[in-house]
Amino acid sequence: MTIKIAVVQFPGANCDLDAIHVLRNVIGVETSLVWHNHFKEAEFDGVILPGGFAFGDYLRAGIIAAHSPALDEARIMLKDGRPILGICNGFQILTEAEFLPGALLQNDSLKFVCKWINIRVENNKTPFTNKMKNGDVLAIPIAHGEGRYFANNLKELEENEQIVFKYSNEDGKHTQNANPNGSMENIAGICNLERNCMGLMPHPERASEAILSPKSTTHGKLFFDSMVEFIKKRL
Amino acid sequence: MDQSEFEIEISLENKPAARDPVAETIKRDLLAKKGYHQVSNVRSGQYLRIVLKANSEEDAEGIVTDMCNALRIFNPVTQNLNVLNVKKL
Repeated sequence: MTIKIAVVQFPGANCDLDAIHVLRNVIGVETSLVWHNHFKEAEFDGVILPGGFAFGDYLRAGIIAAHSPALDEARIMLKDGRPILGICNGFQILTEAEFLPGALLQNDSLKFVCKWINIRVENNKTPFTNKMKNGDVLAIPIAHGEGRYFANNLKELEENEQIVFKYSNEDGKHTQNANPNGSMENIAGICNLERNCMGLMPHPERASEAILSPKSTTHGKLFFDSMVEFIKKRL
Repeated sequence: MDQSEFEIEISLENKPAARDPVAETIKRDLLAKKGYHQVSNVRSGQYLRIVLKANSEEDAEGIVTDMCNALRIFNPVTQNLNVLNVKKL
């Protein structure tokens, strides 16, 4: 059976084509770029909400996109266990749509931060991290102005193992210096209780080919390999 | 019943638990540096002025509050909604 993944395009999206390129040409799965008003969940085994500035980030990053019909479709996938990955702006959309807990606030530096950083894998038992090991340190770029993760229920998130990635230094230490935006507990990515929905601020689609990485790493590819592996097991 | 036009001003402000680096910067790097040490706290936020038809001031405020809750005009995780003023136009 052929696996089919959708990348939903909102007005103001970016890296949507990068995600398509990685899925089609690096991973080798059938992938469609779908305009948000045209997205129909029944055609797909998984969906990616890409980065960018959907609807200009007006009011708050992700809030207007959270009311798009694409999120109503994605909610059906959420309930039946199909994987949903939100990258950067996609993460912001997923929190505003209440697929994921918490919120993403303006960086504490008040600056847009665009650089390669490190994240440590905290939970490899998700559809997006099954090709990783807990404690692995991944090199990956970020590019955001509103990435400061905030939640009222941190203890609950920790107990439920919903914290999937934390910003760290190269040695895997969660230092304050390694935290690029002031996120609580250095949180870079979280998942829902059921594990089939994850959001993260870093961009794996920009880190999937050695030619794009300052250290010739391909850690971003692991996210998509994991997602495909999970889908294969479901089918 | 004929409806009238009302203007409602609302603000969206980060909850005390959510740090507000914009306000912190205004207080630390502008007000305090220019000698306004009497300022003990600053909070920033967003401001919306909404004009709508309603039966009364109470009705207008109810519609706006419902609308803000239903559509997450403010993020209940991080923000509080304040109705600043309601007036008949």
